Amino acid sequence: MIEVKDLRKTFKVARREAGFGEAVKALFHREYEYIHALDGVSFSIRDGEMVGYIGPNGAGKSSTIKILSGILTPDSGICTVGGRTPWKERRAHVKGIGVVFGQRSQLWWDVPVIDSFELLKEIYSIPGSVYSKNLSELTETLDLSKIVKTPARQLSLGQRMRCEIAASLLHDPKVLFLDEPTIGLDAVSKLAVRDFIKRRNQDHGTTVILTTHDMQDIEALASRIILIGKGKILLDGTLDDIRRGGEHIDETVAELYKKFDV
Amino acid sequence: MRKYLAFFRTRFNMGLQYRTAAIAGLACQFFWGAMAILAFKAFHDTDPSSFPMSLPAMSSYIWLQQALLTLLTMGGMDNEFFSVIESGNVAYELCRPVDVYGMWYSRSAATRVSNALLRCVPVIVIAALLPAPYGLSAPPDLLTFLTFLLSLVLALAVINAMGMIVYMITFHTITPRGVRLIAVNICDFFSGDIIPLPFFPAGFKEFVELLPFSATANVPLRIYSGDLHGPEMVKLMLLQVFWAAVLIAVGKLIERRELRRVTVQGG
Amino acid sequence: MKLYLKYFEIHLKSAMQFKGSFFATIISQFLTAFTVFLGITFMFGRFNSVDGFTYEEVVLCYAIILMGFGLSQLFASGFKVFDSMIGNGQFDRILCRPRNEIFQVLSQRIDFVRLGMLFQAVVMLVYSLVTCPVDWTFSRVLTVIFMIAGGFVLFSALFLLDGSIAFFTIQGLEVMNVFTYGALEHGKYPLSIYGRKMLTFCTFVIPYALIQYYPLTYVLGRTERLWYMFLPIIACLFVVPCWIVWRIGVSRYKSTGS
Repeated sequence: MIEVKDLRKTFKVARREAGFGEAVKALFHREYEYIHALDGVSFSIRDGEMVGYIGPNGAGKSSTIKILSGILTPDSGICTVGGRTPWKERRAHVKGIGVVFGQRSQLWWDVPVIDSFELLKEIYSIPGSVYSKNLSELTETLDLSKIVKTPARQLSLGQRMRCEIAASLLHDPKVLFLDEPTIGLDAVSKLAVRDFIKRRNQDHGTTVILTTHDMQDIEALASRIILIGKGKILLDGTLDDIRRGGEHIDETVAELYKKFDV
Repeated sequence: MRKYLAFFRTRFNMGLQYRTAAIAGLACQFFWGAMAILAFKAFHDTDPSSFPMSLPAMSSYIWLQQALLTLLTMGGMDNEFFSVIESGNVAYELCRPVDVYGMWYSRSAATRVSNALLRCVPVIVIAALLPAPYGLSAPPDLLTFLTFLLSLVLALAVINAMGMIVYMITFHTITPRGVRLIAVNICDFFSGDIIPLPFFPAGFKEFVELLPFSATANVPLRIYSGDLHGPEMVKLMLLQVFWAAVLIAVGKLIERRELRRVTVQGG
Repeated sequence: MKLYLKYFEIHLKSAMQFKGSFFATIISQFLTAFTVFLGITFMFGRFNSVDGFTYEEVVLCYAIILMGFGLSQLFASGFKVFDSMIGNGQFDRILCRPRNEIFQVLSQRIDFVRLGMLFQAVVMLVYSLVTCPVDWTFSRVLTVIFMIAGGFVLFSALFLLDGSIAFFTIQGLEVMNVFTYGALEHGKYPLSIYGRKMLTFCTFVIPYALIQYYPLTYVLGRTERLWYMFLPIIACLFVVPCWIVWRIGVSRYKSTGS
């Protein structure tokens, strides 16, 4: 159960012009600009839900994800994940979540993938029996058996993403955050990743929160959509709610962005 | 020639943009120079008769060394070349319709000169204001100063040619970091960067002076401080000319071999 | 501890992927330390002593400081690349894991090439232990161990401070190198040779003298003050302000996200 209530976050950004003179001036006097990344965001997500969290760049998506995963502290508001406040009990909190950043890797570049997995076993203090059970299940469902002995740098993007996802699930998290999990993948890999996420959700009841610009991801995975723009929740509903006719999902979303002027 | 000048200008402008880094670097060099002088002074105070240079000459040597650090040491090599080599893009460079050696040589020299120009002026000005025997003193006479400038140009020619050879032998290593650092260490030591050559044991010093490494910073710094003069100075400067010619020739030879390799194997 | 061993294994495996470059870098690290040693040797070919310290004593001094520095380069160099960890999001990943942040940053990098430097330190240490005309009592041996450990902690604290700066500015501060590399380079001689003012600075501002000059005089029998032996432990307190800066940095990072 994820509860978010009236979350606010403002960033102070120093404004500075280019040039040496301006740099000197900035030493004595700085002008700041305030950016309301989150302006009273509230929503709640039940266990086992799959939610697509969408919005244009800079809308506050990643701030929300960062707060939910304990990396960022909000200015005000309430946020609990499984009863815990992420930024107050960081270590206990992160044991129960898994995070996949589509554009970054958590695998060690020069050693076989399996070594990275073994390391994660120690980092999360996963008991041996649980680890081998999870590993064999993930190896099978993600079809990793042929690639875990290969150093990560020699894997294709699709193979690597499958390993990244496995790495985030070794400790059996209740909540999984996926940040653009299909970015740059070919069609076959995309389908494999989507299939896997869906199955994971059905078999383990894992709560999935997905941010993406790929609307096919949303269509395939999310039963519910939260649209954020300019730091505010603009829309929270099912895919069918927002789609009136049979038009393409991209058009629907583009329409929404236009409507809310974000 | 116009092409080379254009390269030089871009490098200089790029260097100018990192002002904060330059100021921080300046503070470092000051501290470094001051500590080195204090250490040598401690030796001098212990036994002045064993000190092979005068203390003011020593101070001048150290300050000039700090001022010309990026100009005359192996460490002043252009890191951009190494990333070109590491990424494998070197094959493209070798395929361009210009004299590759000449282009790289001038680019590398331009990097050295622009980095040094930015740093040397403040170091020289402030060091000159320090009280004797700690400061940078003026050269004995105008002729010495002019000889110093000539020797400085020769030293740049030698160190740059040496750097070129290092670039070229790292063409085929995946990570040139190790090879480069070994070259830096050897060159630094034999060019009098750790302790000036006059402090080397007699006999060994004369041998080291024949090596190409000592044809770099060693000669101009010692001419300026007045430690090197007369026939000895002429000899070392002729050696500088000799080594510059030899090293450039060797570099060009390696370049030709590399070019053949690229055209034969297609990179 | 088990986790750290695991990291150790992975770093070793990674390093072994590029053996040629790895060993070339080890050799270069050795040469860096060796040429400095050679410089000292040449200087003492000309002078019998400096400020009352003999060749063997200076070699002992350099061996101790090099050992402390090399160890902290080996184990604490994660902080040296910390700015890039912030830049590429690795620190976000670290915050997503149920382990101490400092521990994780340390684990990200074990710089095995520093073994080249440590090799030179060991050789010099053995040489000076044998040749120094010192009566090696238990307390003196212990003092040498304290000095090495103190050096390790002090340099690591400076690396921690250096890393913490990345929280506050994107432009790396080259100035910090003076306090790490500079302290190694100029700490090869007992700090007293640089004069009173420098010694005071190195006692009260950054406590290099507490791990180097003062305990060294005890080891060499220049002083009877047994308590000099424990000064390296006091020097370790320098970690506290560095750690506070780090904590401030982390909480700032968490509130600004950059």
